[in-house]
Amino acid sequence: MLFSETFFESLSTLAVNKLRTGLAALGIVIGIGSVITLMSLGQATQKSIQTQIQSLGANLLTVQPGAIRQGGVVGAMGGRTSLTLDDAKAILSSSEVATVKTVSPEVERRMQVTTGKSNANTEIVGVTPQYEEVHKLEISSGNFITQRDVDSMTKVAVLGPTTVSNLFGEGADPLGQTIRVSGKTFTIIGVTVAKGGSGFMSQDDRVYVPLTTAQKQLMGVRYLNSIALEAANPEVMTDTQNQVGYLLLARHNLSDPAKADFTIMSQQDILNTASSMTQTFTTLLSGIAAISLLVGGIGIMNIMLVTVTERTREIGLRKALGAKKKTIITQFLTEAVILTFVGGIIGVFFGILASFLYAHFTSSAFVISFSSILLASVVSILIGVLFGWYPAQRAANLQPIEALRYE
Amino acid sequence: MIIKVSHLSKIYKTGEVEVKALDDVSFEVEKGEFLAIMGPSGSGKSTLMHILGALDKPTSGEYILDGKNVEKLSDDELADIRNKKIGFVFQAYNLLPRTTALKNVMVPMMYSDVPKAEREKRAKDFLEKVGLGDRLYHAPNQLSGGQQQRVAIARALTMNPSILLADEPTGNIATNQAIEVMEIFEDLNEAGHTIIMITHEPEIAEYAKRIIHLRDGRIVEDNGNRHRRKVRK
Repeated sequence: MLFSETFFESLSTLAVNKLRTGLAALGIVIGIGSVITLMSLGQATQKSIQTQIQSLGANLLTVQPGAIRQGGVVGAMGGRTSLTLDDAKAILSSSEVATVKTVSPEVERRMQVTTGKSNANTEIVGVTPQYEEVHKLEISSGNFITQRDVDSMTKVAVLGPTTVSNLFGEGADPLGQTIRVSGKTFTIIGVTVAKGGSGFMSQDDRVYVPLTTAQKQLMGVRYLNSIALEAANPEVMTDTQNQVGYLLLARHNLSDPAKADFTIMSQQDILNTASSMTQTFTTLLSGIAAISLLVGGIGIMNIMLVTVTERTREIGLRKALGAKKKTIITQFLTEAVILTFVGGIIGVFFGILASFLYAHFTSSAFVISFSSILLASVVSILIGVLFGWYPAQRAANLQPIEALRYE
Repeated sequence: MIIKVSHLSKIYKTGEVEVKALDDVSFEVEKGEFLAIMGPSGSGKSTLMHILGALDKPTSGEYILDGKNVEKLSDDELADIRNKKIGFVFQAYNLLPRTTALKNVMVPMMYSDVPKAEREKRAKDFLEKVGLGDRLYHAPNQLSGGQQQRVAIARALTMNPSILLADEPTGNIATNQAIEVMEIFEDLNEAGHTIIMITHEPEIAEYAKRIIHLRDGRIVEDNGNRHRRKVRK
């Protein structure tokens, strides 16, 4: 018998037994759809956690002078003046440090800031344009400090929103106005977006000025308080830390790492927490997916096996009418493949649709995991085909009359 | 001769109990015979019929069909025999459920690669022959018992088999319908088909030219035109 013939016979058998076909396909749709949806929800959540951590600067390394790391105990920092702009430039240009994306040299000092009416004590930060990227700073109005400002030592300032309301009052537009810091007048060219946080560590209560202006005109120093580095990705953090460490040791003519006149701090702690959180999450997800697959698989198996009695008789009859064993097995296998394939496509469609709707209505990330689609489809199809084929081949091996009498 | 069985036995085992459904049965059937097998229920009629139809295998004994030892045939060869050489009419009709009469009749032709157009034409012809020309697209549950039986007969005839085996072909149908069915059988027999049927109704058996009586798995009487004999106890 030709395969095309068998194919159409399978199709017509499926079409004739609509309820059976529908139930079996439904089992597969649910099996695949639920796994895809659950995995996608999980991955969307995972992604949003990662994004939140990233906004803290998960890839951030900070080089600070003066503290000595000993057995994990970090001493007081900033005492020394060993870090220079040349160090920062070297880190960026060195061929030994390949995994650094951006370098932001910084100086900072608390100073008094005044306007005509009010004054405040706030953190003055001398920065280069790279600061914006490294610290994920966002500008709500105006611009950030440019390389030109740094090169030509202009007197411009970018203010944090808290500083703006401290100095100018709630909701004021400070762009174009001026502030005075240790006798020098700065024009305000931008305001940053509020990042949250409060008190001493608040990133919103700051005044950013060009690095050179801060060093030479406000603080009269040549050193840096810190160099912030952005690594290319979370995986190379440790490598970057080591590479930068060796580079700076060499530059500072030090051979013993224990005597280093600088410290490199990473957000490793946050990252560690995040990884363990993500790990737990992944385990949880795998568990959920496994259960969904199991339930879906049992559903498919059930409907395939429930029809065995009827189908065994059908096989007996077909054999009695002259069907060869191969023909019967091909037909049943074809039926199972068509069924699982169509059910699989519908399942993938509904899985993606459900994930999309979830993302849409909770305004979270819409993530589709292709590995989950693959896993769900392969497992469901294997189960469908196995439990479509196994009883069929057993029945096909019976004498026709035994199959006809099967109960 | 077209069929020769010798010392055929069939034993069913149900747990500890052994049931001898057939016990040392031997007979021969010539081409073109019309043979009825009679006997009370449990006498082994159906078992014998299933073995003759290559639907089941005997526990021991030999079955020669058209010069070939059936026991030695492969699965595929047996399928071919069931498809082309033997037409089987089941007592329970055994039609594919939810499938039209026409499609049911076309199944055996599908398994021997008769071209599609030819298949449909032949199926229609045979359904008309058994008086169901107006029931082509009815599913079995829309047909009466007699009509289903006639669909089953049409199905058994489509491959033009030299042997027609019928297990109680009139068992579940009304008398007037039974007569119609038997007339179809007579016509077929006249056209040269060998017919073997099981019945427990003497009036139906009347249509046959030869009657074999079975009891407890043994032939107790065979009024065959050629070998009228009493079988040993």
